[in-house]
Amino acid sequence: MNSVFGYIGSHFIRFLQESGRIAMLFGQTVVFIFRPPFDVREPLSQMEEIGVRSIPVVVITAAFTGMVLALQSFTGFRRFNAETLVGTVVALSVTRELGPVLTGLMVSGRVGSAMAAELGTMRVTEQIDALHTLATNPVKYLIVPRFLASLIMFPILVVFADIIGIMGGYLVSVKVLGTNPTIYIRRTWDYLELNDIYSGLLKACVFGMIMATISCYQGFFTEGGAEGVGKATTRAVVLSSLLILISNYFITALLF
Amino acid sequence: MVGDTSVKIEVVDLHKSFGGKDVLTGVNLEVRNGESMVVIGGSGVGKSVLIKCIIGLLRPDSGGIRVDGQEISSLNEKSLNEIRKKFGMLFQAGALFDSLSVWENVGFGLKHHTSLRDEEIKAIAVEKLGLVGLSHVEDLMPSELSGGMRKRVSLARAIAMEPEILLYDEPTTGLDPIMADVINELIVQMRKKLRVTSIAITHDMVSAYKIADRIAMLYEGKIIEVGTPQQNRESSNAIVQQFIQGRAEGPIKVR
Repeated sequence: MNSVFGYIGSHFIRFLQESGRIAMLFGQTVVFIFRPPFDVREPLSQMEEIGVRSIPVVVITAAFTGMVLALQSFTGFRRFNAETLVGTVVALSVTRELGPVLTGLMVSGRVGSAMAAELGTMRVTEQIDALHTLATNPVKYLIVPRFLASLIMFPILVVFADIIGIMGGYLVSVKVLGTNPTIYIRRTWDYLELNDIYSGLLKACVFGMIMATISCYQGFFTEGGAEGVGKATTRAVVLSSLLILISNYFITALLF
Repeated sequence: MVGDTSVKIEVVDLHKSFGGKDVLTGVNLEVRNGESMVVIGGSGVGKSVLIKCIIGLLRPDSGGIRVDGQEISSLNEKSLNEIRKKFGMLFQAGALFDSLSVWENVGFGLKHHTSLRDEEIKAIAVEKLGLVGLSHVEDLMPSELSGGMRKRVSLARAIAMEPEILLYDEPTTGLDPIMADVINELIVQMRKKLRVTSIAITHDMVSAYKIADRIAMLYEGKIIEVGTPQQNRESSNAIVQQFIQGRAEGPIKVR
């Protein structure tokens, strides 16, 4: 009996410790964003890595999501003669929910793993210690650029995802299912509000911060050589994805 | 032998433990200005922990570390960074930044702490690379270098900001005997040319005798003996004798 409580208790304490350390790293990162010197080159190259190189993944994800949404909602709506609402459903689902969430998950898989692996390797090969000895703060030098780049590029990627997703839905509806294009477009615009898009972009910002903080945290505090780097990479992706899904519910519930 | 006898680095009753395991249990060590101190000891006795405490990579649990009389163990990160500008450190495997080219590695401190332009930084980097016997490597990436070259580039990076103190973490580990001697020779030259104070940790006795003014033996969390290489060789301490002769039998318990 005792050992059961001990087990639960020690895991709970570990969980609290981890959460505290992640929160502290997040706090430090935010503070260091506003502390000079300000470097432009490193954030820009991270923006290229996180943003530009993720476009293919995001485009394919969004296109097929929009397309399948059109197919599925068409099947459902035909049962009560509401096929014309397919455009509305696609637009709302993509902008409010699927655009940000799927982009967040896909980019976390692609970029979060790379961040954790890179910082983890730097940790186990003493490169982070070397930064300290060169009187350079590693949070400022390594984490701030990744954090900023994620915060900026996630919403931009979501804008891409929104446009491509809606286009995917349109293509399937009009070309495959034979919906009237004019009606489809009207149904899309009639019910879509700017608020839907903003809410998706706000989610994207939060997801970007979650992914960068968790992945950098996992990499930054890697222990145990190559095996440790592998574990950190896995944890970065799993934890980022879970937190994105959980926070997604709460953002939706609180604000909209 | 040493011109100046003032104390540059003073470690007082230093304690450090990890997860309940005591590593350092009261280390006392004085390093004089311009002196080359070598700390010897077996694997896992805490040599690296000691050197990392001295440069502030690890915080001691208790005890003091004074550099030029200033206590550093209680400093915040920002003040610590000012102190660290007095230091250069050579890491065991080089710890070169693998996303940067060789000259960007060597010039890293200059880039971040001076307002020099890139061409000037590169010129200084080439000069420092020359000091460690490397030429035409400045545009290579660290992954293109051999182990010995990586260490020398790392040494060039450590001396680029003209530090007063150099720390060497196992400078000859993992190198062939000839390359090890090249590094030893460089360490001796650094002290002569740059008049730096240095602390090296090693278990390579050939290297220790070559580079040391004084040798300190770390055993079970404490410095058990400090002396010149000559005194070290003639030590009456059975632990020291076992270590320098490299015998498996003796008072040192092999874990």
